[in-house]
Amino acid sequence: MAVQPEIDHATGRTTTGHEWDGIKELNSPLPKWWLYIFYATIVWSVGYWIVYPSWPLVTNYTKGVFGYASRQDVTRELDALKALRAERAGALARTPLEDIAKDPTLLTFALAQGKAAFGDNCAPCHGLSATGSPSFPNLRDDTWLWGGGIADIHQTIAFGIRNADDRSRQGPMPGLGGPNGALKPDEVITVANFVRALSGLPTRQGYDPAKGKELFANNCAACHGDEGRGNREMGAPNLTSRNFLYGSDEKTIIETINLGRGGVMPGWAGRLDETTVKSLAVYVHALGGGQ
Amino acid sequence: MSDILASATASKGAPPPVPDFPEDEPLYESRREIYQQSVKGRLRTIKWAVLVGCLAVYYFLPFLRWYRGPNQPDQAVLVDLANNRFYFFFIEIWPQEIYYFTGLLVMASLVLFLMNAVAGRVWCGYLCPQTVWTDLFTTVERWVEGDRRERMMADAQPMTAAKIGRKTLKHFLWLMIAWWTGGAWVLYFADAPTLVKDLATFQAPMVAYVWIGILTFTTYSLAGLMKEQVCLYMCPWPRIQAALTDQYALNVTYRYDRGEPRLSMKAAAKAREAGEPAGDCIDCRQCVVVCPTGVDIRDGAQLGCIQCGLCIDACNSVMTKVNRPLGLIAYDNDVNIDRRRQGLDEVYPIIRPRTLAYAALIAAVGLVMIYGLMTRSFTDLSVLHDRNPLYVQLSDGSVRNSYTVRILNKRPVHRIFVLAVDELPLARLTAVGISMTAGDWPVIDVGPDSTREVIVHLTAQKPADLPPSSRVTFRITELGTGEKVSMSDHFISR
Repeated sequence: MAVQPEIDHATGRTTTGHEWDGIKELNSPLPKWWLYIFYATIVWSVGYWIVYPSWPLVTNYTKGVFGYASRQDVTRELDALKALRAERAGALARTPLEDIAKDPTLLTFALAQGKAAFGDNCAPCHGLSATGSPSFPNLRDDTWLWGGGIADIHQTIAFGIRNADDRSRQGPMPGLGGPNGALKPDEVITVANFVRALSGLPTRQGYDPAKGKELFANNCAACHGDEGRGNREMGAPNLTSRNFLYGSDEKTIIETINLGRGGVMPGWAGRLDETTVKSLAVYVHALGGGQ
Repeated sequence: MSDILASATASKGAPPPVPDFPEDEPLYESRREIYQQSVKGRLRTIKWAVLVGCLAVYYFLPFLRWYRGPNQPDQAVLVDLANNRFYFFFIEIWPQEIYYFTGLLVMASLVLFLMNAVAGRVWCGYLCPQTVWTDLFTTVERWVEGDRRERMMADAQPMTAAKIGRKTLKHFLWLMIAWWTGGAWVLYFADAPTLVKDLATFQAPMVAYVWIGILTFTTYSLAGLMKEQVCLYMCPWPRIQAALTDQYALNVTYRYDRGEPRLSMKAAAKAREAGEPAGDCIDCRQCVVVCPTGVDIRDGAQLGCIQCGLCIDACNSVMTKVNRPLGLIAYDNDVNIDRRRQGLDEVYPIIRPRTLAYAALIAAVGLVMIYGLMTRSFTDLSVLHDRNPLYVQLSDGSVRNSYTVRILNKRPVHRIFVLAVDELPLARLTAVGISMTAGDWPVIDVGPDSTREVIVHLTAQKPADLPPSSRVTFRITELGTGEKVSMSDHFISR
């Protein structure tokens, strides 16, 4: 039975016949152009299937006639970025290391590049904030094993420390304890306490400073110097510093004297390009410890 | 319907028949072509003036020059996206001063509210770009194809060469206006005379042509093809403004207390002679044919009415001809219709709590903005303490904190600042890449209209004497003028 549409008396318009708890829905027709635009968008989407990658297949997907792939966009954007950076990268390559900080634009560029490269390559050992951890030096303080000038830092980054490369920094800390060692166990303890005293740390009861001084002069001073201030030529640390690479407690110092130390850092000259190594040197130098 | 329901309840047991939606009741509505008739009158004149004024500002403002100094853009209004600057006559705004725009938008919306409280949809009827450009496009249409009657007759007849020619000319002119509209838009984003030359010689950047294309399309389709459909179906403002109006707001109103009952002139004269009620409305439908959205104002305030007042002009000219008082349709409200019917005087309280509140808010926001602009600093300093690490212990036991300092120079000249730290007497301040010093303090030069970021290290010799976190104030002093700006931060000692 066809029913005549109901007229709503308040508005004079027809209702759709739908009713919920006495509330009826007015018929508010959509404009036809709206419908046609909706159809047009459907047609447009079919066009997308044809020209762009769209449908997943079992082992592949439809490639689309435009041959578009988002990978190309990435490559193109990276190339554009490289071209954009080429001018400053060239200037960075030409400028001597010491002069980079004098040009604010170049310094900003080197710091940004250095920071990114540090996060990618150095942070695993030295930490994201370059504050290091036991065995891995803090690069923000003023305690440097091999020198904190920008040229020294560049040298260390480029060739590394105690690695197979001849150009790397060399200088072992030999173990002085053990059955055939130069020092007997109680002498090791004495020297350890002498070293602690050098940087103002408390010593154990019964420690003999005179004996400690004598043992240090005979066994350690050759590298660490008579006053324990170290020698950067061979990476012998300044023992009067408050900052200890491996730890300043007596147990750790005894372990260091007994077994020796020989931390290794890889060289980066072959892995990173020259401007990146330069940027890293500028960045590390600017962290605060640079001399 | 009620009959059906009644019969349904009568026959117990059987469910009531559900009225199904008949096939011939459409869910989609065809567009009703509106042949807007030209009209003359006071409000039409005001509308012309507003139209010419708005379009003149839009099309020619980019060419207005404003000298700011050497190496500075001399365009009065310029959105310089590449260099992150916005220029508006004597005002130059940096991205971090975007709150001026916020203030401007707050003001704009309050003005819109105030207009609504005073006289309804003034924005819709006179100022909205959709209204202005639609009015312009309709004028062009009328100029090419003739007024309402001629266009209706032409559309009812089969295609002829002359008709095709007129339609083609109309669309060509519409496209030209749309193209010029798009062209004017891009001129706000670059030096206008240079860009015009570049556009003409095809030297302009691709993005300029793309934007001209987009705006040509939107202007042509919205003002030429869609017209009133934008107001009826697309625009949210008619829906919002219903919540902003009140019973005293002046809206374009058919004074039905005067107009009803509608009678023809003859019938009305006869009724008046007989002492029977006769309204002033002669049902000539002039108010409907001049309406840009095709509504009948006599149905009362409605969503489709943009309140442009053209029906007021149309009705007034008819009332003049039939020798009845003007203002059968006028800016009025239902309160006064009721008062007249009760024999009371009309009231037009323009000043009422709502309008006063809006006006006060506009004044308050305006004063805050003027104060902000007058006291706008041309030098600024920001200091950011390193988050990781918070401090570094040095070999001699002293402690260093690192900060990123940024100096903003909003003047168009090179300036030199001395960076110093107060409240930390034994501290030493060094800045990366800065070799010049004044006393112990680094000296930093900042280029014209630019910023400079510098990493600084602050070292305290005896951290044990300091609290774990102490306040430090970084202060820049300009060499020469002595202008000072300072910013506080903290020094972490352990």
